[in-house]
Amino acid sequence: MIHFDVSPQLLALYIPLLGALLISLAGRWPNLRELVTLLTAGVLLYVVAGMAPAVLADGFWASFAKAPGLKLAEVLPGVWLELKVEPLGMLFALIASSLWILNSIYSIGYMRGNHEKNQTRFYVCFALAIASVMGLAFAGNLFTLFVFYEALTLTTYPLVAHKGSAEAIRSARTYLGILVVTSVCFLLAGIIGTYVFTGGDMTFRPGGVFRRALADGSLTAPTLGILFVLYMYGIGKAALMPVHRWLPAAMVAPTPVSALLHAVAVVKAGVFTVLKVIVYVFGPAVLVRYGVGDWLIYVAGATILIASCIALFQDNLKRRLAYSTVSQLSYVIIAAALLSPLSITAAALHIAAHAFGKITLFFAAGSIYTAAHKTEISQLDGIGRRMPITMAAFTIGSLSMIGLPPTAGFVSKWYLLQATWETDAPFVLVVVILSTLLNAAYFLPIVYRAFFVAEAKPHHEPHQSSADGNFGDHGDHHGHDAHDHGEAPWPVVVALSCTALATIVFFFYSDLAIGLANQLRSGLP
Amino acid sequence: MLDAFEIVPNLPVLVVTTPLIGGILTIAMGRGKGPWAWATLITGVVFYFTVLLMQQVLAAKTGFISYELGNWPRQWGIEYRVDALNAFILLTVAGVGFVTTLYAQKSVEKEIPQDRHNFFYAVWVLAICGLLGITVTGDAFNVYVLLEISSLTVYALIAMGKDMNRQALTASLRYLILGSVGASFILLGIGYLMMVTGTLNMEDMHDRLAALPDIVHHRTVLVAFAFLLCGLGLKMALFPLHMWLPKAYTYAPSAVSALLSATATKVGIYMAFRFLFTIFGVGFSFVAMPANLVLSVAACAGILVTGVTAVRQTNLKRMLAYSSVGQLGYIVAGFSLANVHGVAGSVVHIFNHAVMKGGMFMAAGAIMYRLGRCDLRSIRGLGKRMPLTMAAFVAGGLGLVGFPLTAGFISKWYLVQGALEAPHMWPVAAVVLVGSLLAVAYTWRVVEAAYFQEPEGESALVTEAPLSMVAPMWILIGASVYFGVSATFTGEISMRAAKSLLGGAP
Amino acid sequence: MTGALGIYNYWIYVVLMMIGLYGVIAKPNLIKQAIALGLFQTGIFLYYISMAVIDGGTAPVWTTILDGAQKYEGPYDNPLPHVLILTAIVVSVSVLAVALALIINIKRTYGTIEYDEIEAMDQADKRADYQRGQVTDAADDVEHKLEGHHHA
Repeated sequence: MIHFDVSPQLLALYIPLLGALLISLAGRWPNLRELVTLLTAGVLLYVVAGMAPAVLADGFWASFAKAPGLKLAEVLPGVWLELKVEPLGMLFALIASSLWILNSIYSIGYMRGNHEKNQTRFYVCFALAIASVMGLAFAGNLFTLFVFYEALTLTTYPLVAHKGSAEAIRSARTYLGILVVTSVCFLLAGIIGTYVFTGGDMTFRPGGVFRRALADGSLTAPTLGILFVLYMYGIGKAALMPVHRWLPAAMVAPTPVSALLHAVAVVKAGVFTVLKVIVYVFGPAVLVRYGVGDWLIYVAGATILIASCIALFQDNLKRRLAYSTVSQLSYVIIAAALLSPLSITAAALHIAAHAFGKITLFFAAGSIYTAAHKTEISQLDGIGRRMPITMAAFTIGSLSMIGLPPTAGFVSKWYLLQATWETDAPFVLVVVILSTLLNAAYFLPIVYRAFFVAEAKPHHEPHQSSADGNFGDHGDHHGHDAHDHGEAPWPVVVALSCTALATIVFFFYSDLAIGLANQLRSGLP
Repeated sequence: MLDAFEIVPNLPVLVVTTPLIGGILTIAMGRGKGPWAWATLITGVVFYFTVLLMQQVLAAKTGFISYELGNWPRQWGIEYRVDALNAFILLTVAGVGFVTTLYAQKSVEKEIPQDRHNFFYAVWVLAICGLLGITVTGDAFNVYVLLEISSLTVYALIAMGKDMNRQALTASLRYLILGSVGASFILLGIGYLMMVTGTLNMEDMHDRLAALPDIVHHRTVLVAFAFLLCGLGLKMALFPLHMWLPKAYTYAPSAVSALLSATATKVGIYMAFRFLFTIFGVGFSFVAMPANLVLSVAACAGILVTGVTAVRQTNLKRMLAYSSVGQLGYIVAGFSLANVHGVAGSVVHIFNHAVMKGGMFMAAGAIMYRLGRCDLRSIRGLGKRMPLTMAAFVAGGLGLVGFPLTAGFISKWYLVQGALEAPHMWPVAAVVLVGSLLAVAYTWRVVEAAYFQEPEGESALVTEAPLSMVAPMWILIGASVYFGVSATFTGEISMRAAKSLLGGAP
Repeated sequence: MTGALGIYNYWIYVVLMMIGLYGVIAKPNLIKQAIALGLFQTGIFLYYISMAVIDGGTAPVWTTILDGAQKYEGPYDNPLPHVLILTAIVVSVSVLAVALALIINIKRTYGTIEYDEIEAMDQADKRADYQRGQVTDAADDVEHKLEGHHHA
């Protein structure tokens, strides 16, 4: 039976899938193909944005408890593939779908500017990855979440291995290896464990699913603790140390992939899942009562500091950004681990706030690579004068990472600091302060170098090819020398200007995100 | 009697007699496409019969159908007895048998000389006949006879690969010797059981064994149990008794590998179900005797060791063969848990693995058809040249890994659930999950070679395999995806089978 | 006759089976292996036949039909194992036939029926096959090309 009355969350899943199909059909005509991508992204944002008012409405939670999820298929007797909209997923879907448009514009400039091969495969996999993200965001139960979590790993693998070079394939192996090992060995074990202990209940609901099992004694606190560990390390995408190594490895991918997927969609899928598990599977109240989640604060805190220290010593720009992402992800986890309503709000907000800043930074890195073929920070002397817009955007992104006003990063950090005072957690406070200093220490020198250090004299040595590294002969396609470059192609510049602007706008106008985060908080029992 | 000529009441026996007579007649079908067309017809009809039979069983109030051959009461004659378990396995064997027959045409044309096609298909149909017979019968000695019918024909089928590689002959002989020893052990075991119970009917055997006063110390029963366990272990290629399997599957004609991987060892496992659960009963096999410990340790070791071996292979068929031994380990580990979800996982994996591995062997066969070889070097860049074949291989591989929405995930779900529910069996869950990582490793070697490397030599010129190979391949792979997205049918059937196995015979 | 000796035919069956099993495992000559397999199975036949015997029993033949004289009322040996073993003998003969057919083919293609010689040839084939099909690890394959300008 065909339902013509399609609900929006289903549309959000189908639109990118349909987009992927159309893109592959239009593969022969690049302009048409890119048009299809942009159209799909636009329609998707329209559909996703259209769902927001209902989630923000006052009586949302009352109807949420009653409304059945949208059931797609009964995979096992009693185990459904089910979609259900809730504020956190809404927030995540909004971020991913709005940034997908900008990222698509950026991709056009980047992929063409760098003469990448297999562009059709790239756009198809990208659309499929977005479809997985939508499914993940609107997943109504743990099983559905796991399905799309794994789908996201699989659809992003070809994007990481895109170049097909030895390094790309090796890094893609690390990527796939770590993500699959963690999800199969720990996450799946945790999910099946949940299924066994709750007697088949895996539906997300505020307050968690374990209450009955804990009450009747079939689930004990130590087992609950083991399940919690399985989840936290099973969600490898959250890059909690020591399972973070896939993220730097994924930087071998073309920059649009690093920008949208490995700064926004995939990594956010990780912390989003962490949040969702804490809020809807365990329930903060349960975790507080049994005290099984306390260790997470320390692990996340350590991850923040260690990753920042590693970032400090990276010369490769994208790798430094990757380690910065690892540390920023743990901000979300540490906020969630505080388990107070306010800190959960902070965690949700940080998912949004970090997205705009980090995608800007990656866009800037890709812009530099496209225009100047530079990948190392030590090569960036004086580049601010040649690429003023790119580097200005980079500066805004850096400020957001440090958490200074007027940028998005400040908003979430403000909430996080409030939550630390509220819950009286001096350790977190110290971590936040130290990491802010470290952030400044590894971002500001880049800005300084770009604007205030004079450009090195052009030597005509075979330096050019080494800067390209394994990226092959692309340099030859450019008629001009790398030392004689201006800004990157216009789609790249437009996209990064937009995201930089968005980073600032988010500071002044974050009602939507705060509204959704507050809605999430109001649902906590 | 009128109903002697009706189809529906006689379905249990028609499932065996149709291919038995049809198989012999195949020889007379000439040298052209005749034998293949005839074999397709026969296997198609048999498949239809098994579908009808399944409907009958699901509709039956008692949950099973009993058919007494020649109307002899079961004390003297042979009883065919079909319940949810063997109806499901019959459906699997006949279904995969039919689809592989469709597939076989081109592959056999390439790999086996024209003048032997009629013999090939005759033996092929008889092999399917033997496998179906083992599954349908409720008589222990009948199992042995049909087991030998299927084994003898399978030896011949494997040896037919000699024109591609002479090692097919030694592989076949090795299988023959080990297989005959295994079958003889089973024969001995049946003999001892008959000595104690005085019957050959499985249900009666169970009843009379259950009536014995001190069965745990009854030496004849213990000897029977030991002989049967060894014989079954050999027949179902349980690690470390699997030595015959990799070579046999590697050098058999491609179509034969696909058929065998999907059916032959599966039927071996079905026999284990019947002997361990139906005849001896859970209480004896898994509580009084340490069969669960022996089996689960062997299965887990098998999953890990063969997984690692599979990762090191370069020949795709050999890789798949080792992977098959590992996957059989999952099935054995499942039923050795002796709880509902474990056994259900094991039953459903018999089906799921049959469609996935069958499809993958077909893909390997399609590569053989185009390139004459199927190793990691020759498949480089094949993702673009043979997109459908490689996509089928990868989809099957994802199933073996157990990615969600593939059939393999369903099995894994049940198995892990079963392992977590059984007391102190959580290491089995860990091994099942680690095993799927090994599957990622060997599947990914193929993905990397096929999609991210440039083709070299002749593989740069090949085109997609013919439709008559690709279509059957995708029927199986499609089934593995369909039953991964919606496993209510397979899940319910296997739960029903598991409950009836564990509940003991009525 | 009682005790262990009283069931001497069971001893014979065990001894025959073990001789067969030993031959299958230890003899390198394929024909000898096939003979040993036959011996092994014959042991099992004897076991079945022994099982059928009943003390003082006679052949299970319906004598009244044969000579019209009076009916023999005494115990009969169990005919069922005999029937079963008739089938098993047929099976065993077929197995032997298939085995011999394979051995003939092996002799034609390998030129020998000594298992260890065949095994050596097979191993050599397999090694060659492995090496031909081996891809140097995808990642190492292009390694040397990148050396030098990998680290800028």
